[in-house]
Amino acid sequence: MRTHTPRARYLAAGASAVLATALIAACGSSGSGSSSSSPILIGTSLSLTGDFSTDGQAFEKGYEIWANDVNKHGGLLGRKVKLVILNDGSSPTQVDTNYTDLITVKHVDLTFGPFSSLLTAPAAEVAHRYGFAFVEGAGGSPLVFSEKLPNVFDVALPVANSLDPLVNWLKSLPAGQRPTSAAYPIANDPFTILQVQRAQGFLQQAGISTSYSKIFPEEVPDFLPNATLVAGKKPQMVILGSTAVPTVTSFVKAFAQQHYNPKIMLATAGPDQGAAFLSAVGGAAVANGVMVPNLWYPGYNDPTSKAMVNEYVAKYGGNASGVNADVAEAYSVGQITADAVTATGGTSGSKIIAYLHGNRTFPSVEGPVQFNNLGENVKAIAFVFQWQNGKFVQVLPVGATGSVPIMYPKTNW
Amino acid sequence: MGTEIAHAIADGILGGGVYALMAAGLTLIFGVLDIINVAQGILVVLGGYLSYVLSVHLHLDLLLGLLITMPAMFVIGVVIYWLFIRPLRGAERTSMTLLACFAVALIVEGALYWRFGSNFVSLSASYTVSSVHMFGFYLSDIYLIGFGLAVVAIASLYLILYRTKFGRAVRATMQNQAAARLIGIDVNRVAAVTFGIGTAVTAVGGMVFGAVSGGFNPNSGYDLISRLLAIVILAGMGSIGGALVTAVFMTTAEALVDIWQPNWSVAVFYLALVIILTVRPAGLFGRRAVRTQ
Repeated sequence: MRTHTPRARYLAAGASAVLATALIAACGSSGSGSSSSSPILIGTSLSLTGDFSTDGQAFEKGYEIWANDVNKHGGLLGRKVKLVILNDGSSPTQVDTNYTDLITVKHVDLTFGPFSSLLTAPAAEVAHRYGFAFVEGAGGSPLVFSEKLPNVFDVALPVANSLDPLVNWLKSLPAGQRPTSAAYPIANDPFTILQVQRAQGFLQQAGISTSYSKIFPEEVPDFLPNATLVAGKKPQMVILGSTAVPTVTSFVKAFAQQHYNPKIMLATAGPDQGAAFLSAVGGAAVANGVMVPNLWYPGYNDPTSKAMVNEYVAKYGGNASGVNADVAEAYSVGQITADAVTATGGTSGSKIIAYLHGNRTFPSVEGPVQFNNLGENVKAIAFVFQWQNGKFVQVLPVGATGSVPIMYPKTNW
Repeated sequence: MGTEIAHAIADGILGGGVYALMAAGLTLIFGVLDIINVAQGILVVLGGYLSYVLSVHLHLDLLLGLLITMPAMFVIGVVIYWLFIRPLRGAERTSMTLLACFAVALIVEGALYWRFGSNFVSLSASYTVSSVHMFGFYLSDIYLIGFGLAVVAIASLYLILYRTKFGRAVRATMQNQAAARLIGIDVNRVAAVTFGIGTAVTAVGGMVFGAVSGGFNPNSGYDLISRLLAIVILAGMGSIGGALVTAVFMTTAEALVDIWQPNWSVAVFYLALVIILTVRPAGLFGRRAVRTQ
């Protein structure tokens, strides 16, 4: 019995520590009231720590570059913009608290979305409760749109159709060149499951047999057993449902150890994180041929996109291929919001929501944006990008502006 | 299917070695000092970053780098003990050390974010992607190395505890601090050195973790600590050899479940913890193992 008392103490002490940390994180000074001369406060909660910290910090950079650009050109409606960024630690619970704090305590004028569908869904509900428009760049899964909130506007690519260019290209290949088998290891996340299983269905109809299709938890430190099972089946193609870099890297490492080289290796997220992916995976040679679907890449031939990429490289170093796609998603959120504020002449949530639902097409660094009644970006076109000799290039759809020949089959690890 | 099961068992055994390496310091520190070092996860990550710095900036081989990271982590462990643990006294000392370790974790995590940012890094060497063909399938070299290092580390800890004068002082301190002081043992010094040894072993765990994982960043410690605590609790807090056996058992069970239902593998990991603790509340091997010969 003696051992139970210390255990209870540990639990109590641990709970106290967590509670204290949460309280400290939640505390903040009251925000300034808005007036015609004061800056427009824009509140957002980002995952600066935790599982999504790489993406969260990339989003922070995107928002900051946008705010700098706006302020350099005189601000919005003659007022400077000021970002109020809280850290949610990648927690769906904390993101709820943060947006409540931003709106009711810090009295922000506008809100920008967080990173990931998991956090966007609860955050959008808070914004809806207080009548705020919620433009976001990383909540494209059905989880976000299932509540049919009128205030949600996602500038990113709707998740469900992300793999269509790959599916269409594979179906267009002569039967002799098409892979005959595929594996679908899928991380348990709303972002991954729908798009990968949808692609799997189409590819099975096209005669590509399924060697492996299972959902695995993504919060484990390594994926050796899962990757070994996939490698053991020797499929000619792997479509990995991933949300983060370590998942992709772990599978690639294990495949190399198993001397297994698929003809096609595509991951739903991770390879689009620029330099962060290259350094984790072990360099350009290992990344060669790895593909990822997305809406945007740093080589996108658009003047505002190029200017943003140049600004990023000048401020943070590296090269264009190293720019994380999250940066463009965040920047686009700012652009769409700025357009709405300028057009409506203020920061009224109801006016902005009505304006964004007006079937208008907005320019952004990611291309044109138009929202349907759910807030999905119907103008978004899915592309597939590939690492080729250290460069991140667009390869699908074949023949689309900016596409270069696909590396198929990929080189061996 | 037979090959898959055999391969999963092999992967589980090797993976267990890696976890045991990361958990060895945790169980030693608890066994000797009654401290649940919740900073163990971030210390593993710190060990990984030290190896990363030596590898990337000094081009030092990961294994050779241990000759530097282990002494460095020993010093860090001693400093942590003297600054955060030693001043704590009284009846609430045990629970206060938990908070102190939590504070250490936050400080180290913050420092790592400040120095390295949030991008994932991984440790690379020729043996991190190579493998050997044994029993009809490929076994990863780095996992084999990790398992070997775990056996060496655990054997070394046993030798230190049971075959040296310092080990006798440690065990005397564990059994009765007041009596240990009466016979001339510097209890604070023994405790600080023990904390340092536990942290030094963690440097090895950090290197192997950084090499086998798909990448780590300052946040990676959180995913580790719950699993390490589960292994140490299940083994019986303080049982160093038990940690190896338990880690192998847990990771093998997890790898086997992965064959059929990978989404349940994590649940099985913790379900085993609940079931075994219900039957054996002191864990599989119990904490007495460390305190007696």
